[in-house]
Amino acid sequence: MTYGRVLLVALLLATAAVVQTAVLSRIPFPDATPDLVLLVVAALALVQGPTRGAVIGFAGGLLLDVVPPADGAVGRWALVLCLVGWFVGRASDAVEGSVVLPLLIVAGAAIAGLAGYAVVGWLIGDVRVIGSTATTVLPVAVLYDILLSPFVVPLVMALARRFEVTTTYARTIR
Amino acid sequence: MRDSRRTRAVLVVLLLASLTLIALNGNSGPGRELRSAAGAVFGPVQRVAASAFRPIHNFFGGIGKNDQAKIDALEKENDALRLAERSSQYAQCRAGELDALLRIAGLGQYTIKAAQVIAVGPRQGFAWTAEIDAGALDGLKVGMTVINGDGLVGRLKTVSGSTSTVLLTIDPSFNVGARVEKSIEIGFVGGEGTDPMQVQMLSGQAVLKPGDRLVTDTRAGSTFAGGIPIGSLLEVRGTVGSQTRYATLKPYVNFTSLDVVGVIVLDPRTDPRDSVLPPKPTPGAAPVSVTCGSPSVSVAANPPAAPSTSPSPSHTP
Repeated sequence: MTYGRVLLVALLLATAAVVQTAVLSRIPFPDATPDLVLLVVAALALVQGPTRGAVIGFAGGLLLDVVPPADGAVGRWALVLCLVGWFVGRASDAVEGSVVLPLLIVAGAAIAGLAGYAVVGWLIGDVRVIGSTATTVLPVAVLYDILLSPFVVPLVMALARRFEVTTTYARTIR
Repeated sequence: MRDSRRTRAVLVVLLLASLTLIALNGNSGPGRELRSAAGAVFGPVQRVAASAFRPIHNFFGGIGKNDQAKIDALEKENDALRLAERSSQYAQCRAGELDALLRIAGLGQYTIKAAQVIAVGPRQGFAWTAEIDAGALDGLKVGMTVINGDGLVGRLKTVSGSTSTVLLTIDPSFNVGARVEKSIEIGFVGGEGTDPMQVQMLSGQAVLKPGDRLVTDTRAGSTFAGGIPIGSLLEVRGTVGSQTRYATLKPYVNFTSLDVVGVIVLDPRTDPRDSVLPPKPTPGAAPVSVTCGSPSVSVAANPPAAPSTSPSPSHTP
């Protein structure tokens, strides 16, 4: 990884974390807040592939777990977003040149990520994971993510691609 | 892209690291230090972001299905108020919130440090938390009680240099010792998210009725300052003399529009008992609550606290 790419990823993740917690959460969207960090992780993984996608997911998830006002077990979002980054990264070849396919994949990633987070919380015995909260909040959160993705995902993917070595030759030797 | 062994190795290492972090959680784990460090790094950035976007938050404030009653009441206001300059109204409103907070602090002789909410935890995280712009440098410590002009808001869970995380009373993992007004009956109040809070009294003989008001109590082994209003009872289950007495409670604080809060840095020398509760409202009159969540006007009227018929303002229909 070149330094420019690492810096871009770090900057994007940090900005997404701050905007999600301090800006988006204060706008009274009913029931949920858009998962900006999840969208950024998925968009970056779509460009960078599964290995880097897993690392980016882990870093983004860890950020979500520790940046205030987070509470609960540290490592839950790291686990979930690491898997999301890996799965989404595996589709990075298939989305070359397509416009709609990345959005569909990111929508699926949002559903899987949010459901996965609830399941992990339930498995480790978090008393807060209540079925009624899950059924009312999660679908709304997925909806917000889907609505926000056409604005966030193409932008992040374009930014990431500018730092990529995009020749086919380079890809085959990676 | 085909999986290579390297990809799988990286994935396994990262998954193991995440699971280790989750397993190591607790008071002695690295989680707390990580959160304090992240708070020290990101807290100032979040403060700047929150203050930069405050006009937008103010504009959107109050638009949501929870605030339909407020919107209906506001539409009856005259047009002059809506034309008034929005930022000066908001400043007046926040001054009003601070006023109410200082009044409650004065009544109970609590020494408080006033702070503003700069970030709120997402609902899909299942936790109810908020971030305030005061931290260890302002003398705050983990476990301190947080209040606002209406009553108990929560307690400090994590403290960094210049920001802190508050665990709100409606979080399902929150518990506080409470006492019924004008009596010695004590019990515990626990959060239930958007559902009314759960109350469990210690004594099966406790006489409860809907509308009874609860304040925090230090004798039930809690570390909270005493005498802070929590809420009023909605529904009482079980009969006098049964093994346990359960009830549901509507909190006084409106958790969807928290702005100015106070952290109690020094408990009063004597328990204020019931002195901090406002005078009991006359039947039929609407109790007023000072919040700045609405786009205009400094005081918004809550729906009347009629027992067992009105849901709490933050109850999702």
